[in-house]
Amino acid sequence: MATVKPRVDVIIVGMGWTGAIMAKQMTDAGLTVVALERGADRDTQPDFAYPKVADELDGSVHRKFLQSLSQETVTIRHNPAGVAVPYRQMGSFKPGTGVGGAGTHWSGCHFRALPEDLKLRSTVEKRYGRRFIPDGMTIADFPVAYEELEPHFDHFEYVCGTSGRAGVINGVIQEGGNPFEGSRKRDFALPPNPNYLGAEQFYIGARNMGWHPYPIPASNASRPYVNPYGCQMGPCNFCGFCSDYGCINYSKASPNICIIPVLRQRKEFELRANAHVQKVNLDVAGKRATGVTYLDAQGREIEQPADLVLLCAFSLYNVHLMLLSGIGTAYDPKTGLGTLGRNYSYQNLNRVTLFFDKSVQANAFIGNGGAGTTMDDLNGNQLDAAKSGFVGGGIIWARQPGAGPVRGIAVPRGTPNWGTKWKQAITDSFRHSFYFEVQGACMSYRQNYLSLDPTYRDAFGRPLLRMTFDWNENEIKASQFLVSKAQEMSRTLHPVSMVGDAKKDGSHYDVTQYQSTHTCGGAIMGADPTSSALNRYLQSWDVPNVFAIGANAFPQNNGYNPTGMVGALAYWSAKAIREKYLKNPGALA
Amino acid sequence: MSEPEDDSSISPSRRRFFRSLSLIPVAVALGSCGDRPDDRSAAGAAEKSYAPGFFTPDEWAFVLAVCDRLIPADEVGPGAVDLGVPEFLDRHMQTPYASGAIWYMQGPFVEAAPEFGYQGRLPLREILRVGIAEMDAHCRKAFEGKAFVQLSGAQQESLLAIAEAGSLQFEAVSSKLFFAYLLGEVRNGYFADPAYGGNKGMGSWKMIGYPGARADYTDWVTVRDKPYPLPPVDLAGRRG
Repeated sequence: MATVKPRVDVIIVGMGWTGAIMAKQMTDAGLTVVALERGADRDTQPDFAYPKVADELDGSVHRKFLQSLSQETVTIRHNPAGVAVPYRQMGSFKPGTGVGGAGTHWSGCHFRALPEDLKLRSTVEKRYGRRFIPDGMTIADFPVAYEELEPHFDHFEYVCGTSGRAGVINGVIQEGGNPFEGSRKRDFALPPNPNYLGAEQFYIGARNMGWHPYPIPASNASRPYVNPYGCQMGPCNFCGFCSDYGCINYSKASPNICIIPVLRQRKEFELRANAHVQKVNLDVAGKRATGVTYLDAQGREIEQPADLVLLCAFSLYNVHLMLLSGIGTAYDPKTGLGTLGRNYSYQNLNRVTLFFDKSVQANAFIGNGGAGTTMDDLNGNQLDAAKSGFVGGGIIWARQPGAGPVRGIAVPRGTPNWGTKWKQAITDSFRHSFYFEVQGACMSYRQNYLSLDPTYRDAFGRPLLRMTFDWNENEIKASQFLVSKAQEMSRTLHPVSMVGDAKKDGSHYDVTQYQSTHTCGGAIMGADPTSSALNRYLQSWDVPNVFAIGANAFPQNNGYNPTGMVGALAYWSAKAIREKYLKNPGALA
Repeated sequence: MSEPEDDSSISPSRRRFFRSLSLIPVAVALGSCGDRPDDRSAAGAAEKSYAPGFFTPDEWAFVLAVCDRLIPADEVGPGAVDLGVPEFLDRHMQTPYASGAIWYMQGPFVEAAPEFGYQGRLPLREILRVGIAEMDAHCRKAFEGKAFVQLSGAQQESLLAIAEAGSLQFEAVSSKLFFAYLLGEVRNGYFADPAYGGNKGMGSWKMIGYPGARADYTDWVTVRDKPYPLPPVDLAGRRG
């Protein structure tokens, strides 16, 4: 029998960005909160302390800061007719675990969604006509507008010490920022970080193309900073251990340094690490959550009752828990019925590497995860989809999160993988090359979805989450178009040579190659309970005292990194809970 | 995980070992002109300085030879054997990582397209162990009873290239997969911090100009006109 703990007001499942945000907001409202984190407790000291973080083998091979797949993973197949097989070794995407979640090992790119991307279906239909959207593409408007989210985008940027340059403030275009962005009320928390060579060269290349380059908004502090919660950050020293790593320097924003220091002082807040939630418990009618059941570090079953359950796990695991708990109806691609699992989407990422001679000091080992240069001239409304032939834009950027030889050294095409020629090539390339990437949107489709696997189980005996996903013609075209533009720009910089990896016609999703951890959708927000799992406040349509906060809510993914949007949605949801739900618990829409 | 080793603590025999290795580039430069017997000098010295705990004597001989083929000592820089990569491999195979600690290892194990990654039941250490046995079995059949290590350097290189392309017919594990994991591990040992047993003296870092664990470049982000000036440091604080 499970041990039953005393009731609390709020349970938070998962202590990454959204868990920390919700815990702060709920305790601000005077509620008692228990946060259940499946992984270990972690903090800068001792977990991210120098020098042990500066260890590529531990960080990028043993993947010390990421989720181990041994206990739970997902299965993957390309289409509904296929048999899914487990994601056995980490490749395409890298979920985190432990206190801070993926918010400890992210890079720091911190964008706001474009206003037009939040109403994507309406925007496309209005501009190109209804029939322009291919059959089977299930894109939808977010049921929330940019203007509603603006204060929350702003607040999250200030919590994170986001370093950037505003493009539009109160409708007025600002020199050096993104002229195509949604209007903001004020500038970023901090000015941009300095440019490494690739970021500087991007300015030249982009201007050669007639584009409008601007600094990537980066939650890697460019100056000493104290956030609105009184948490301190130090300036990024470009240590080069950023993506995949915890920050040694209190520079990369994370739940651990930006929010949790406040929570740890609060008597209303209790953090239980190594507490692995197995399911959300519902009442007999299945209409109300009564709490959750979790396993503690010793595998003992514990039942935690609560009035409100906030699912704040990584997007995939939020969907998994909802499916396992019967919160909503599983989606069936044959009938198009059911809400849970639909509209799974991803990110369309490809790279172009530029090689130079030894006079060019690119120094790829110098790195800052989020900082760099990008442009929006092929994103949002700037992309003419009628001409490009695909829906959803993307950005091209120069980024340099820090490279090292264990993480891999890019070499010119035709170089062997071993032997003297390979040694010569890596020696020539290591300090004298940099890359640009294209990060394209990824639309949602009828047959790309999440469900429970019929065969494979996790270490606790639960069915694994099954991902059915493959590239569609729209995304392959987008990849080819954006990579060709990146190459065109790169040629104006006269590299000695260049390699690019646009997706080939008919190519399939390859889970062995890292692409992006931006897994989106599966429990999406929408205006209609028959085609979405969550309402506009991220509240379950079916079980109103459950909210699922995260990128699981995106009806499709845009060309930006999701964290800025995820944080804003968390604050948006928290506001609705505090101002509406607590006064009158029940369905908010 | 390992005892950091100060240069001064290297035993006299170990020092002789390193001195003898400094001659290897010449041997390899000569050897690369054509067929030559496998390079036993490095192998013999390494065998004396480190007693493998995972690899059997036959496997150890294979590891020494293959390290020397994949990353030879040459005019570009030190080779994998010089830098202790065989020791790295032997030690790394004894970690939970190599036993599949972060892989999903539950069945059923089914065939799937390469885009889904390795779907077999073997953890890394067994992929290498089984692959080495397969390679030796193949050699014995194809080369009149000779093991891989008894072949010439050129023959070994040619076999590795065929394995890399996946064209050697192994039974228990594909030759392509075996080669990919083997090369990955050799590279890891060559480039990882010396604490793990390879990359001795930060030799690979010096070769490519990687500053290692310095992790502070505030002063150099915007410098364009001169090469980064500082040598590497490792996790134990030694300077290269």
